[in-house]
Amino acid sequence: MSTELKAGSPPASVPFYNDPKVRSIAYQIALCLVVAGLIYGAASNAIENLQRARIASGFGFWDNIAGFDISQTLISYSNTSTYGRAFWVGLLNTLLVAGLGIIFATILGFIIGIARLSKNWLVNKAATFYVETIRNLPLLLQLLFWYNAVLKALPDLRDSVKIPGGIYLNNRGLFMPAPSAQAGFGFVELTLLVGVIGAIAYRYWARKRQEQTGQQAPVFLVSLGLIVGLPLLVFLLAGMPLKFDFPEAGRFNIAGGLEVVPEFAALLFGLSIYTAAFIAEVVRAGILAVSHGQTEASYSLGMKPGPTLRLIIVPQAMRVIIPPLTSQYLNLTKNSSLAVAIGYPDLVQVFTGTVLNQTGQAVEVVAITMAVYLTISLVTSFLMNVYNSRVKLVER
Amino acid sequence: MTMSEGDLAVARINFVRQQTLEPQPPPSSMTGPVGWLRENLFSTPFNIVLTILIALLFLWIVPDMLRYLIFDAVWSGADRTVCLITPERPVVGACWPFVFERLPYFIYGSYPIPERWRVDVFFVMLAVAIVWLLWLNAPRRDLGVIYAFVVTPVCSYILLSGWSLIGLPKVDTVLWGGVLVTIVVSAVGIVISLPLGILLALGRRSAMPAVKLFSVIFIEFVRGVPLVTVLFMASVMLPLFVPEHLSPDKLLRALIGIAMFASAYMAEVVRAGLAAIPKGQFEGAQAVGLGYWQMMRLIVLPQALKITIPNIVNTYIGLFKDTTLVFIVGIFDLLRTIEVSRIDPKWAAPSTSATGYAVAAFFYLICCYGMSRYAQETEKRLRKADRR
Repeated sequence: MSTELKAGSPPASVPFYNDPKVRSIAYQIALCLVVAGLIYGAASNAIENLQRARIASGFGFWDNIAGFDISQTLISYSNTSTYGRAFWVGLLNTLLVAGLGIIFATILGFIIGIARLSKNWLVNKAATFYVETIRNLPLLLQLLFWYNAVLKALPDLRDSVKIPGGIYLNNRGLFMPAPSAQAGFGFVELTLLVGVIGAIAYRYWARKRQEQTGQQAPVFLVSLGLIVGLPLLVFLLAGMPLKFDFPEAGRFNIAGGLEVVPEFAALLFGLSIYTAAFIAEVVRAGILAVSHGQTEASYSLGMKPGPTLRLIIVPQAMRVIIPPLTSQYLNLTKNSSLAVAIGYPDLVQVFTGTVLNQTGQAVEVVAITMAVYLTISLVTSFLMNVYNSRVKLVER
Repeated sequence: MTMSEGDLAVARINFVRQQTLEPQPPPSSMTGPVGWLRENLFSTPFNIVLTILIALLFLWIVPDMLRYLIFDAVWSGADRTVCLITPERPVVGACWPFVFERLPYFIYGSYPIPERWRVDVFFVMLAVAIVWLLWLNAPRRDLGVIYAFVVTPVCSYILLSGWSLIGLPKVDTVLWGGVLVTIVVSAVGIVISLPLGILLALGRRSAMPAVKLFSVIFIEFVRGVPLVTVLFMASVMLPLFVPEHLSPDKLLRALIGIAMFASAYMAEVVRAGLAAIPKGQFEGAQAVGLGYWQMMRLIVLPQALKITIPNIVNTYIGLFKDTTLVFIVGIFDLLRTIEVSRIDPKWAAPSTSATGYAVAAFFYLICCYGMSRYAQETEKRLRKADRR
């Protein structure tokens, strides 16, 4: 029993194929070969299939004339624009609906989430009912419902619902007065900018002073005055340099004004309402995650309920809320691709739908679309990781 | 020292009660229904306002909904004319005869009528599998797993698509539709995503750099893009990547897309479960000489999957809802059969759309709510096991 174990070398009785290192390398080489084989096979098949179908490859189509119309464009576009232009139109439409959706869903979600924690039985049950119903219905069904059963069922042009203030509502959309800036409006914009910068500076100064002297400053009121009050004053002084372009109901169409197409409204409605149900759960879990001892400790230090909520509960809840909240934002952005089902011209509808059908260049078009969403996702999660590592609780 | 008469008389006047009073009932305003109302609905002015607002909202929505779905609804008729608004009937609610007539289409799609018993058998087999797996006191649940994950899929495939050797004529998947397709797509997603997701999660935590890299790329790529684009990729790019004669049919392409998507999400759920297992469990398993797969199969995965069951069910609920997206690549799932029926000239009336969507909502609500209740019950049961 005096066998000596030499460090570093495996016992002679273990054959090389049982050596974990050798095995691991062998597995990895095998995996790489399989993946490479799959890619090679797919690529060669694709080349052959594309040649047989006489489909050009490459991104040459980018500068070709698109020749189709898009119902909602944020940048100038006509059917003589290029496919590249159509791509930007689609991308901007996606970002518009996602951005507005995120704002609405956050507001609604926070309200519902706090309502679910309410001591008021009726409020609590109503919020629970909202969350359970909305979460358990497919988003696509909700979008189709809003679009086909609600918005498309509105009266047609001749019987438009007239809302005081020059607003028309019919099955072609919502028509509102469009504000247009007159001479002198630049001053108002300038004051707004100054107000925002001033508010940030004041907040910075107030925090410095509080750190040094402990005195608190009315940051909220001063900021409100700087951001809202000051521009409003300038606006009134400059003689209200803003004109509204009212929609005019014609025989066949409504001319002028700001038009919200029903596709956009349905998508925005559906996305906000659906995502709000998930955000409500995130918010509820975040607030519940803050131990009740924190509230009690704050009260025993003599803090009032308002500052307790603002300075003790919310900052701690936010640590728990923000990561899942971000993934809800990402979900909302990705879900905006369901626009294709109701015909809102987002990136997927314009690009993966119309452009793909016209050019037949499936590989390029799908790859570009995926790359866009992937970029949005990766950038967001990168920023989130940075933020998270800054605010996370440092333990020991 | 003795007490005088006067002293005694003073001492007899008791200012302290000597018997205990019977406890009084709390004031009626604090107990019973009234107290409950005060406590839960009208505790502060703000709460009173909220209560009234919500009650008004409730009174606004519920009677209207009941009127639409039941009292003003049309219950019998042969075509759209009964559901139209006429001077004699100015208010028309839901159009139920449309649903009654189209119900077989919603369930089977265009599946040939003489062959529909096969779909019924499939539904029964699936129901047996679900009950066997989910009912905790069911006998021989180990056999149930084999039945659910091996016997049912093989038999269902043979049954649904047909096998001429045993006298079942072939039914092309183009004819499948409705609830059948919804269930097939979600069942395939559910059955495939769990094992594939576990493999990907293990790959992501693997010490082998190449394995880890491929897993990470796959998971992050699929999770970073919308399901719609994955389905588009599966439906327009997949046929390019395989030789022409092997080109998969439309339904199979969508199934591949759904399975890929669900696996990536499942991988992250399983990874969270794996991360929750203390390192000591791994070390203990290695110390008793278990190999990697033994360690995973016998020690780690059972614990990891157990704690993550609620999340797995939540992923399944998401998957079940997401199956509606196959609609976009032209597959006739339940939602699409409803969409096609509601614009059918025979039935197209103002109330048909809402009625059709109500049916779909009812179906998805029942299925998803059932699943989420089950997840909550499981969570409760598991928490009981952890209580000391």
